[in-house]
Amino acid sequence: MSAKSSIPQPMLEIRNLKASIDGKEILKGINLTVNAGEVHAIMGPNGSGKSTLAAVLAGREVFEVTGGEVTYCGQDLLSMAPEIRAREGIFLGFQYPVEIPGVSMVNFMRTAVNEKRKYLGQPEMGAADFLKLMRDRKALVDLDTSLANRSVNEGFSGGEKKRNEIFQMAMLEPKLAILDETDSGLDIDALKTVANGVNRLKNKENAVIVITHYQRLLDYIVPDFVHVLFDGRIVRSGDKRLAFELEEKGYDWIREAN
Amino acid sequence: MNVLLDKKILDSQLTDWYFTNRDQLMAASNSVFNSFRPEAMECFRKMGIPDKSNENYKYTDVREVFLTPFNRYIEPRKILFSVEDLFRCDIPELDTELVLLVNGWFYENRPRLEVLPNGIIIGSMAEAARQYPHILEAHYSRYADFRKDALVALNTGFAQDGTFIYIPKGVGQDRTIQVVNILLSPEDLFVQHRNLVVIEDNAMARVVVCDHSLSAHHFLTNSVTEIFVGQNARLDYTKLQNEHNSSNQLSSSFVHQEKDSHAIFNTITLHGGMIRNNVYTRLNGPGAENHTLGLFLADRNQHVDSYTYVDHAAPGCTSRQNFKGILDEKATGAFTGRILVRPDAQKTLAYQANNNILLTSEARMNTKPQLEIYADDVKCSHGATVGQLDENAMFYLQTRGIAKREARLLLMGAFGHEILKQVPVEPLRDRLNDLVDKRLKGELSRCNSCPLQCQETC
Ligand SMILES: Nc1ncnc2c1ncn2[C@@H]1O[C@H](COP(=O)(O)OP(=O)(O)O)[C@@H](O)[C@H]1O
Ligand SMILES: [Mg+2]
Repeated sequence: MSAKSSIPQPMLEIRNLKASIDGKEILKGINLTVNAGEVHAIMGPNGSGKSTLAAVLAGREVFEVTGGEVTYCGQDLLSMAPEIRAREGIFLGFQYPVEIPGVSMVNFMRTAVNEKRKYLGQPEMGAADFLKLMRDRKALVDLDTSLANRSVNEGFSGGEKKRNEIFQMAMLEPKLAILDETDSGLDIDALKTVANGVNRLKNKENAVIVITHYQRLLDYIVPDFVHVLFDGRIVRSGDKRLAFELEEKGYDWIREAN
Repeated sequence: MNVLLDKKILDSQLTDWYFTNRDQLMAASNSVFNSFRPEAMECFRKMGIPDKSNENYKYTDVREVFLTPFNRYIEPRKILFSVEDLFRCDIPELDTELVLLVNGWFYENRPRLEVLPNGIIIGSMAEAARQYPHILEAHYSRYADFRKDALVALNTGFAQDGTFIYIPKGVGQDRTIQVVNILLSPEDLFVQHRNLVVIEDNAMARVVVCDHSLSAHHFLTNSVTEIFVGQNARLDYTKLQNEHNSSNQLSSSFVHQEKDSHAIFNTITLHGGMIRNNVYTRLNGPGAENHTLGLFLADRNQHVDSYTYVDHAAPGCTSRQNFKGILDEKATGAFTGRILVRPDAQKTLAYQANNNILLTSEARMNTKPQLEIYADDVKCSHGATVGQLDENAMFYLQTRGIAKREARLLLMGAFGHEILKQVPVEPLRDRLNDLVDKRLKGELSRCNSCPLQCQETC
């Protein structure tokens, strides 16, 4: 048991995180603290390392962590297997959701929900309760019922895939959701639906990191903090006005300043 | 026990065995069988049991499995067991017409030959040859060419019994016909059964064949099945191979399809020792459609070799082959898919896919398409892959809290599902899905509700 302290523990604390792939350094010393109840936006040009950061936090093994540490709810995140991170409440919304032919959405979600419950020492969810939960959460993101009967992401349109990510998030109720460009490829209505879903799931106990390329999404998911990631480092942090500034001046402004 | 025989003397041993027993064989059998024996054995003597120098058997030395000094019999031995105690296949809602073969011989849990009210005839091959020689004369040994394959020749030389199914013109069956091949013996045994399915014009047959081994001895089965699918007739054939690791199987099936017929031939290999499946299809009339499918799961030192040969002998026919394999541990496998499009078989559509997953670095898979196309207006495609489970999919599942082991099972199940979903009988399909899941999980691979309780032995 850790001693109780008067200062609330941050949900996520990233200190000087460095990661590389095939010997090429992508993350060059990231520092970021996220507390419960907060929404953080990470922006930055293509190739700056946003998805890499998200993948490292979720436990993707192809990226080698070469330095730094990450504490999640007081635990050493980097030593946990990806599935343990997930069961502990981390959710990654993929920039490119993976198609898995032959695995039905229902079977997939049932397995995911029950693996987490088992881990938390809870009994498996009964079939009726599970189907009711599916129905509720589908409604939250306007996911077509027939999609849930299909294979995971197979033949889904770009927008459907993104909505499916938020649907899964709604099913798993994570403490920390990392949404990687969930807005890209969405028309304005779909964007609103997705943002609405995220907002309804938001509360004081959980936190969201939205990774996005455009300020547009932040009109609907209003961030408490905005960070600019450039060349593997967070080069600017501010409040939501930073997003407008970026939108106005473009990423060249960052490029020139660095 | 297990004195290994010299490979060279194998062929002559089998030939000698024939000559020693010829008179007895001939006396016990109908002339339809007998008329082919001498020539078949002469062909066998010339070709010999195939080894890897035979292009069609490049990946499997069939001689290996003949090395055990098997006991062979030209009449059934009394095997004491009660079918009622042992067998009650309770696939829910799968109410079948059950035929049992024990060690290749028709087992009398039902009349030796029965004519059902709708005219369907089911029973023993030997009995059918006696009672309906004209049907056998029209079909027996017409599709399985013993001149081209020594194993077919050997089977034809000794053929005595097996399963006989006859569906008259225009008759659709209401019940699935289930054939259970049981191997049960107090000693190592060599078995050859010979089967015939005749589906007359506009008729249909749904057949499920389950192969089981019930005693822990070495078995070798060399079986031949001929299937005639008449004009506008339909065949749904599912073969489930589920034998123990010391049970080796050489299985040759010949599907002959007439005009506008439709056939699905699906082989699911859950378990066994060395298995070689030959599936020959001849599309003999315009508009015929064939689906030849296969899924095998292999581990330990198992070897599964699938050979298909689709002969487009008429224009406007379609063939789709889809074979998949999952290989674990030191298992090896092979797929050879031959497509022949004859010069006048215009407007042919022929597809072939073979996809395999290797779960270890020691598992091996050989895959080889062989296309011979002599017509110009055809659409033909083939593709083969040998790979690992999709890393991206694995990670995706893990980020949802699904552990690696479970994720692997989901992905392997999904891989096999593509074949299983084409099994037309729903209760059977559910059961097969269940069996494949269990097999993948490493749980017992027998049909869990089947009291036959096929033992897993090494
Ligand atoms: N699997 C990978 N293999 C090699 N390089 C990669 C891989 N993934 C990302 N990178 C490289 O890492 C850098 C950052 O990529 P990424 O994190 O996807 O950026 P962003 O999400 O900000 O667009 C890019 O230069 C990209 O080429
Ligand atoms: Mg990205």
